[in-house]
Amino acid sequence: MELEEHLFRREAGRITAALTRLFGMHNLALAEDVVQDAFLRALEVWKFRGVPENPAAWLMATAKNRALDVLRRERTARTYAPELGRLLESEWTLVPTIQEAFSPAAIKDDELRMMFSCCHPRLSEESQIALILHILCGFSVDEVAGAFVSGHAAMEKRITRAKKVLAESKKLFEIADGQDFSTRLPAVQRALYLLFNEGYHGASPQSAVRTELCQEAMRLTKILLGHPLAATPATYALAALMCLHGARLPSRLDAAGNLSSFFEQDRSRWDAKLIAEGQELLNLAATGPELSEYHVEAGIAAMHATAPSAERTDWRTILSFYDTLLSIRPSPVVALNRAIAVAELEGPERGLQELRAIEGRERLLSYPFYSAAFGELELRRGKRKVAREHFEAALLLARSPMERQFLQKRVDACEGEDATAETPPARVQKAEAR
Amino acid sequence: MSEFLFLYRGGESGRSSPEMAQQTIQKWMAWMKELGAKGHIKDQGHPLERAGKLVKGQKKVVTDGPFAETKDIVGGYTLIQANDLSQATELSLGCPIFEFGGSVEVRPIMQLSM
Repeated sequence: MELEEHLFRREAGRITAALTRLFGMHNLALAEDVVQDAFLRALEVWKFRGVPENPAAWLMATAKNRALDVLRRERTARTYAPELGRLLESEWTLVPTIQEAFSPAAIKDDELRMMFSCCHPRLSEESQIALILHILCGFSVDEVAGAFVSGHAAMEKRITRAKKVLAESKKLFEIADGQDFSTRLPAVQRALYLLFNEGYHGASPQSAVRTELCQEAMRLTKILLGHPLAATPATYALAALMCLHGARLPSRLDAAGNLSSFFEQDRSRWDAKLIAEGQELLNLAATGPELSEYHVEAGIAAMHATAPSAERTDWRTILSFYDTLLSIRPSPVVALNRAIAVAELEGPERGLQELRAIEGRERLLSYPFYSAAFGELELRRGKRKVAREHFEAALLLARSPMERQFLQKRVDACEGEDATAETPPARVQKAEAR
Repeated sequence: MSEFLFLYRGGESGRSSPEMAQQTIQKWMAWMKELGAKGHIKDQGHPLERAGKLVKGQKKVVTDGPFAETKDIVGGYTLIQANDLSQATELSLGCPIFEFGGSVEVRPIMQLSM
């Protein structure tokens, strides 16, 4: 019997969520210890006896028994979840309460509750995502630090602090309260969006890690879609966006494992099934008056995903989407992508103008693909020397060996004399900036 | 074919991430599977609980385990079939326990010749 990939990681999140509902948020550390125990037990038994028929159920049952032990032994020493406390005190109600808590439907709700808990308004977006990865996706502190290219100590501190904020609320977020739920939903959507983006555009040098972040974001978004209050048009749009971008993941790296430019991507490697799923979700997203940033971004992604080639892409519609996006959520990165669309439509000079006019462009100065965009447009109008300088500046800002290699290739592409008018212009190497 | 007992000591990975735990299990399973496929496994054995009792001496003094240090505790065993001690030892080299600082004791089962 083979183990499903990342089974432990996923089950860790599910079991922790269920246990935290029983123990209370202030006992999160206890829940984590129980999960750890269950996994060590699996490690010891499975290596000799092989993987059981249903490994997930085995882990869940082991954690459940361990939870019973803990609750019996420490019944008087601790206070548990406020709403369950009394049920856990009596032996008559203890076992049925725990059975119920570990039923599949209950666990799904607990994952949702935990997701909302992690998006506590007192936490920064970075901390929210780190918590989601750590608690719900079963990433160790080191693995979270690796995903964000951060040091272990800094990430440890961030997660410890964030857990303290969670512990103050004693219990998991209550999903039955429609008002609170709707108020916090945008923060949850945003966190999942950022988690996906970290995977798609982030700086982690390991492409495997990044694919996993995208997959986790998609998995959690599916849980959102499974809850009637959370399945809003914006959530559908978010899911659509992830599918449409996710479909392009396999082609972001070429056969040699190097980052490949959007314009050179082998479109036959785009995942047609995911694209279809994304379009279906986008249809479901168009059921109300709400037009969220996710709608617009998914719209742009759909235009790209269905265009036969970079040349034969409806850049005019894409440009108008970017205009809308800028009005909903102004950001220099959105403006950067917009400038690239302008260049496609009206030529490199106009693109360069737009690049120079980006509001808040100082925030892009440490971003390698801002300099690279200048390089591409200069190269495209034949100014090889200037282009080279821009690419060299971008190279100094590269955040991973993959980016470095990609930008080095762009520097090399600037070899030779400045082109005359007859030289066919190089295509803009769109950086797929976030 | 002779029989040998592999006694596994130590090698607990301690606090590890779920992903690392899963990878460790997969390494053990791959190793066991390979031994089994080559017909070397007589009995894949069992893990042993860490806690136990130690009964000792003429006075039969009973004390609580675990005994001595964690690295000295036998965590499990496997019954192996091999041509001779050197082949059995060779087979133990692939055990993932070494990555975590553990050890494998290879002991021939005594042959009873009548």
